[in-house]
Amino acid sequence: MKDFFKKLPEQAVRVAVVFLVFVAVVFVIRQFIIPPEMKEPALQQASSMEREVAKEIQYAGAQICEQCHEKEPQIKKIGYHRDLSCESCHGAAQKHVENPTEVKPTSPKKRDYCAYCHKYNSSRPTGFPQINPDTHNPRKPCITCHNPHNPKPPTTPRSCAACHAQIERAKAASYHALIACSVCHTAPEKHKTSPRTVIPTKPDKREFCGKCHDKGSPRKGAPTVDMAAHGEKYVCWQCHYPHTLGGI
Amino acid sequence: MDRRDFLKHLGWVISSGGILGGLSADAWAKMLNKTYDTTKHYYGMGIDIDKCIGCGRCMQACKTENAVPAVPYYFRTWVERYVIKTDRTVSVNTLNSDEPGDVLVEKDVLRSFFVPKLCNQCDHPPCVQVCPVGATFKTDDGVILVDSKRCIGCRYCIQACPYGARYLNPETRVADKCTFCYHRLVKGLLPVCVEVCPKQARVFGDMKSIASPLGRFTRMNKIHVLKPSLNTDPKVYYANLDGEVN
Repeated sequence: MKDFFKKLPEQAVRVAVVFLVFVAVVFVIRQFIIPPEMKEPALQQASSMEREVAKEIQYAGAQICEQCHEKEPQIKKIGYHRDLSCESCHGAAQKHVENPTEVKPTSPKKRDYCAYCHKYNSSRPTGFPQINPDTHNPRKPCITCHNPHNPKPPTTPRSCAACHAQIERAKAASYHALIACSVCHTAPEKHKTSPRTVIPTKPDKREFCGKCHDKGSPRKGAPTVDMAAHGEKYVCWQCHYPHTLGGI
Repeated sequence: MDRRDFLKHLGWVISSGGILGGLSADAWAKMLNKTYDTTKHYYGMGIDIDKCIGCGRCMQACKTENAVPAVPYYFRTWVERYVIKTDRTVSVNTLNSDEPGDVLVEKDVLRSFFVPKLCNQCDHPPCVQVCPVGATFKTDDGVILVDSKRCIGCRYCIQACPYGARYLNPETRVADKCTFCYHRLVKGLLPVCVEVCPKQARVFGDMKSIASPLGRFTRMNKIHVLKPSLNTDPKVYYANLDGEVN
């Protein structure tokens, strides 16, 4: 064996040494320096999830507010804002939870904050309370009239007109001004909470309009037609819009 | 009890104590703190289009919670406003998180509504398929995450996502997207967009639990998902979705 090494030319030994050093370096790098999660996908994902989980939360969640604040959540529970989380208006409050005396959450008092939800926008669902900030008591902070924890309107809304103001205005100028909405429409109570899924009724029979507008009806002053000959199979409101001035 | 039995019992007690004491501190912590098990959950979100008022609180809160750059165009969740005119043209614009939408000329509008969007956390995610370095992956609880240390910022996933849910974070230079607020879920909190939604248009729940709000949501509503033809199996379920939305 010794002879074998002696017989080897010196260059070959040097090359062998360099080769062995190289192998050792690669082995050390692979085994000890490269972190294990770079070699094993499952480990990599686990460490990535750990980092994700370790991220700080900013919003503390609504349950924790009630542990210290007693009054406001109680008021809020009975009002229209009952489903609203505290942090929807007061902003991220985790820092306030950790350090209640020094860090205070924000409390929006300007008109533009309420407008995020309550400014009129035709894409919003019908029935959601909306105002035009330019005409609705301009420049007055909302909280002077409305308590944000229990935002009742200062005056009771005329139930239908609160949301269907456009129809109400048109009807007020029409011949039907004195007829209440409920004469023609029956609105289920649930219509107030889910306006699009629970819809009020419309008159579904010709005879309904005929009570006033048929020839020989007892009602005086209403224009009459011969219902038997006029309009055939159609319901009256398919041609005549009953809310507008004069009707067509 | 005689002396023989006493010694027998003593032997048991001592050996079991030895075994328990032999457990590492780590194993103890795992035994005592079994609060979150990824295999026991499978998350999804429900969105009711009829309830969304387009206030943009979800977008704003998401940016605060997840340190998304405050400038517009970088969103983990965003709200689109659809306007379908009487001539059947459809226009879509994303709400700027700082500005409520403006008033339309109403007589031209046939239908108009808001559609909140976010990563659909697909069951068959195209983004995971295309990632060349395996940086994005699906967890056992059904959330798609991005390993920010592994991501090389090549943007293949941004291209591949059919929902446009990903963006390249200009600060970290890696792909970023909605994680259902994974760091909140493990602590038992709701994703922040669900937390702040004033109309409860967003519903969050665990599909492995029958009693979860999402279960009720999917039972009570007719459910639609975005781009079902792509077979991505999204886990964001829409109720009252208009046919024009894609």
